[in-house]
Amino acid sequence: MLNNIIDFLVANRIQVFSIIGSLLLFIFILKLVKRKKLKEEYSLLWLGFGFIFIALSIFKPLLEIVASTLGILYAPAALLLILVLSVFFILIQFSIVISKLAEGNKNLIQEVGILKAELKKLQLHVKEKE
Amino acid sequence: MRDRILIIIPAYNEEKNIAKVIQSLKDANPAYECLVVNDGSKDDTQREAEASGLATVIQLPANLGIGGAVQTGFKYAFYNDIDYAIQFDGDGQHLATEIPKILLPLQAKDYDVCIGSRFVEKTLGFQSTFMRRIGIRIFEWMSRVLIHKKITDSTSGFRAYNKQAIAFLAANYPTDYPEPETVILLGKNDFRIREVSVEMIERQGGESSISGLKSAHYMIKVILAMLMTAQRQKIRRI
Repeated sequence: MLNNIIDFLVANRIQVFSIIGSLLLFIFILKLVKRKKLKEEYSLLWLGFGFIFIALSIFKPLLEIVASTLGILYAPAALLLILVLSVFFILIQFSIVISKLAEGNKNLIQEVGILKAELKKLQLHVKEKE
Repeated sequence: MRDRILIIIPAYNEEKNIAKVIQSLKDANPAYECLVVNDGSKDDTQREAEASGLATVIQLPANLGIGGAVQTGFKYAFYNDIDYAIQFDGDGQHLATEIPKILLPLQAKDYDVCIGSRFVEKTLGFQSTFMRRIGIRIFEWMSRVLIHKKITDSTSGFRAYNKQAIAFLAANYPTDYPEPETVILLGKNDFRIREVSVEMIERQGGESSISGLKSAHYMIKVILAMLMTAQRQKIRRI
């Protein structure tokens, strides 16, 4: 009985590894969110793709279905496509976030500069009055 | 009450010119309020500009590039209820004595923005390099197609803005290489733009923000920005 299970696991070890790997990724992201190292908003894409990887590794035929639907003859190529797409989307999200940050940063720099100049004027004014 | 006129002078590493520029502005008209926006210069620009005591100097804590620096000026003008703002280069290529030419159409209430141009009619003085003129011709053609206006020198940084334009640009000024893009932005948002002929001289020092390999990047970025700006919805004005 136990031997049977071990034989099965060894024969399907790639599936075992991919399930463990995608689960670890999923848990890792959740941990980051819990520890507030990653904002919920930016974790969504990661969690979404993590979920897809888990689903693909548990239900083996799913990848075949995806591949044949897209007209991809070699199923693992579909996996690569999904991987590349996920990285792509996450990178685009990064670019969007960076643009937003840069805009906020620019506004801050401008306001600080203006405030410093106004403060200096005010200090001079006060000194003159004294 | 007399109109308040603010001269916005973006400056990056202009220690050699900035004092002269401020002095020339004050000589031209003592009523001009000078605002130097020191865009994180690495040289003595800050001290040189402050030493004269004739200008307000804003020291940006980090380098923003020309667009961010000029926008700081618009924000300052907006907060201080300035009537007219003049954008004026810190490198000495613009002439203080030419300011009334670009200010007049605004004071007559006929226009919101006035661009000092080298090409409206053949003026004396500095005409820029051949390659640069080709780029400028492309921009001219684009502004004609995109906002149906003939702007011959949309890279010129010698401009006058009225109160409405100041308030608008304080909130919506583009960041890098802003001049040609701003023409489209203003045209799209129904500002009345006019170009008048002015004289300029060759830069007295400092470095052009655009040279060498950067110019290809410049052209592509600006063309993209102009096209995108033309696609955007009108921005609701306050």
